[in-house]
Amino acid sequence: METLILLLVTGLGLGALYFLIASGLSLIYGLMGVLNFAHGSFLTFGGFAGMEIARRIGAETWPQFILAIIVGGAAGALFASLTELLLIRPLYLRHIEQALITVGLSLASVALMEGIWGADPIYVSGPAILSEVTEIAGARIPNDRFLLIFGAVAILVGMLAFLRYTRFGLIIRAGVENRSMVTALGIDVRTAFTLVFAIGGLAAGIGGVLASQYFGYVSPHIGGTLLIFAFIVTIIGGLGSLVGAAIAAAIVGVLQQLANFYLGGTGDLIVVILLAAVLLLRPTGLLGKRAH
Amino acid sequence: MSLLSVKNLHAKIAGQQVVEDVSFEVPESGVTAVLGRNGVGKSSTLKALLGLIERSGEVSFDGKPIQNLPTHKIIRLGIGYVPEDREIFAGLTVAENLRLAERDSKPNREMVEELFPDIYSRLSQRAGTLSGGQQQMVSLARALLNTNRLLIVDEPTKGLAPKIVTQVSEVLKKAAETVPILLVEQNLKVVKQLAGPCIVLEGGQVVHTGDSNELLDSEELTMKFLGVHGGGKETGVS
Repeated sequence: METLILLLVTGLGLGALYFLIASGLSLIYGLMGVLNFAHGSFLTFGGFAGMEIARRIGAETWPQFILAIIVGGAAGALFASLTELLLIRPLYLRHIEQALITVGLSLASVALMEGIWGADPIYVSGPAILSEVTEIAGARIPNDRFLLIFGAVAILVGMLAFLRYTRFGLIIRAGVENRSMVTALGIDVRTAFTLVFAIGGLAAGIGGVLASQYFGYVSPHIGGTLLIFAFIVTIIGGLGSLVGAAIAAAIVGVLQQLANFYLGGTGDLIVVILLAAVLLLRPTGLLGKRAH
Repeated sequence: MSLLSVKNLHAKIAGQQVVEDVSFEVPESGVTAVLGRNGVGKSSTLKALLGLIERSGEVSFDGKPIQNLPTHKIIRLGIGYVPEDREIFAGLTVAENLRLAERDSKPNREMVEELFPDIYSRLSQRAGTLSGGQQQMVSLARALLNTNRLLIVDEPTKGLAPKIVTQVSEVLKKAAETVPILLVEQNLKVVKQLAGPCIVLEGGQVVHTGDSNELLDSEELTMKFLGVHGGGKETGVS
């Protein structure tokens, strides 16, 4: 029982990380039709930015750690916004070229970060409580899992509130349904494109700082490793659906942990089988809609 | 002087030519009808004017060239667009659909509520759950919320029950008192009630221009250009 609880919470923590990348991927694809292979780099860059703060002022106290999260999120948002403005926008509606340029950016940014910070992992620490465990029904659960879950839930609630209660959120929701009709109402949908990239980059950047707590280090390859599963989560959840991405992230994270433990390390295989099943039985994903 | 002038307009969809060398003018008042059989490029012409599909040629609105402007800037010059098949946002509520369409600082909410009381009693309902007629009302309301200098309306009565067709027709008639309308319509009875000048398209090209009633009153012309019996009878093609 203890093991099961530990696996469930760890799976949810991992799923939280997937969600922090998948949320941006899903919104970007839903609104713009762009498959962003550079999204993992936003997470990595956020992780390094947070690490730099920790190195300079420390991250042992909560105010320092929260500052590292804010800077990591801001770095991710800035990187993502510049990507949209400088690389994606000039290729508007040319989806294949857009996808290819994000592949190129992904490779180039990993190389750049290796050049700056080196290829080896840089170990990071946070507030002492994150290294401790909490006992639940006999299971000793590392506290960083709770932080990841809390972070993902906070981002989900924040994004949903933004989408529901702001005019930009309304434009993004409408644009996910029918982008050309939004422009036909006199709305410059390109502003929403930049905003969606910034929001996705913010979530990924925060994810980078949190991922460095989960793994205990940050490296130039951390985003790329998580990106594959974030894509799977995005497809299973339904392109353009944040709630779908959240549900799919939880399912994928938990299933991966359970299969790794009970089925001899087959977690990745099980996730791919789940993806295949969803594509066959429900191609639009759990909560996805057919786009115009 | 014409409000909208179109010269040598060409347009493509997925590489295929759908509008070919179309030229016409829309006067500053009244309803101008774009007529023709199914698939001759009527809706594509409207979309090309608005920059919603790839196009070339000259389009000027109130004397200013707009062919190089993006769609949202063309709309902001004061053009209301009611697309074919309504294209309401099904996942948004009626209120959200309307709020999204408001581009003026003082939208005509009271006037629109007066015209469409039914949809104002369903503001919190998801637009996708409305009937076809109600969705058309939302689509029209979105355009009429703003003070327009031109309304572009694409097949507003398509697929609607006769009672709703009459309602839509009355709304357009009322709107036409204050704003010129460029109307694509297959229901010739509606055209007869509303339209002054007309442009007839065939194979993506203009094959006839003139007065709508003259065309529709002529058995020979309606058969030749629209493929239906006319000659003053109540006609409609679907």
